[in-house]
Amino acid sequence: MAAFTLKINGREHQVDVDPGTPLLWAIRDNVGLTGTKYGCGVAQCGACTVYLDGQTVRSCSLPVSAVGKSEVTTIEGLTGKEAVAVQKAWVAHDVPQCGYCQSGQVMSAAALLGLNPKPTDQDIDLAMNGNICRCATYVRIRAAIHSAAKTLEG
Amino acid sequence: MSLVRTGTMALLAGSLVAIAIATYPGLRRADAAPEASRVAGSLKPVADFGGIKDKNERAVALFEEAGKVLQSPRCMNCHPAGDRPTQTDRMIPHQPLVVRGEAGMGAPGGLACTTCHHEANFDAARVPGNPKWQLAPIEMAWQGRSLGQICSQIKDPKLNGGKTMAQLVHHMAEDELVGWGWTPGAGRTPAPGSQKQFGELIKAWADAGAACPKG
Repeated sequence: MAAFTLKINGREHQVDVDPGTPLLWAIRDNVGLTGTKYGCGVAQCGACTVYLDGQTVRSCSLPVSAVGKSEVTTIEGLTGKEAVAVQKAWVAHDVPQCGYCQSGQVMSAAALLGLNPKPTDQDIDLAMNGNICRCATYVRIRAAIHSAAKTLEG
Repeated sequence: MSLVRTGTMALLAGSLVAIAIATYPGLRRADAAPEASRVAGSLKPVADFGGIKDKNERAVALFEEAGKVLQSPRCMNCHPAGDRPTQTDRMIPHQPLVVRGEAGMGAPGGLACTTCHHEANFDAARVPGNPKWQLAPIEMAWQGRSLGQICSQIKDPKLNGGKTMAQLVHHMAEDELVGWGWTPGAGRTPAPGSQKQFGELIKAWADAGAACPKG
């Protein structure tokens, strides 16, 4: 075990874990933020997506020892105009079905819009295909991202 | 209590994702069959080629030996002929879909290599990593090419990132992403031999005139 200071959603958290612990479990079990989900554990489904210094990462494939002083953002701390637009569009399109994958979907969608405010269908597919949805809400996800992009146009 | 909670979560989530993955053809294929042997092959030392008197013949033989590395899945997977890398010893299409993008790091705004691949291999998730992790540029595509074509390509400065022969030798012998091929992490067969042996073969090939295999 070793002590780490993780900066998550603007707050510092002390955690005492094995250095090889995936960031996901430090976030969920040690810090208690359970919005980030465990899906596959092998970076194949995207349910555990968080931001590391603003960039999407799969927290199941990142050991705590590799986080360093980087800032972690989870679904609980997601802010900004893209996040608001995505949240509203998600509600408007009634995107979630079972909802399990949705925090990862929202993290990826907001990141996409931050980098590409007017994504095409192909842009959306390339950005979102790493986020698997067992309920196959992909059509609504794509429509909601387009709606959010329109909102951001003003 | 944490273990109980984690176990329960894993069971529930695992069921959901297992269904999702089972219905996703690429992932199902990747999971279904055992991969090839993880035992690395070997490389002959440079001294073994000293008996070849003709310089060009010796260079070709040296390059063919070094080609065992160049044509291993550890190198070829990230030198695709298209936009999408391959993965595993069987060189199946990379899951999830990622593309080269302008900088070899993924589509702009799309799924970046660094979303999953970090500074080092993470064997717990079987995800490989390296600080330089990225796709080779399209002009360095090797998949579907003969060893002779790869040879001509890597010594052409217009196609090798502007490298001189000395820089090419240094790259093969010292570059850390090239070196990852021999420490690829869990579930992946290392490239044959060692990076040191590979670098020696490439240097000897260059010193012998850098002739390429025919075809």
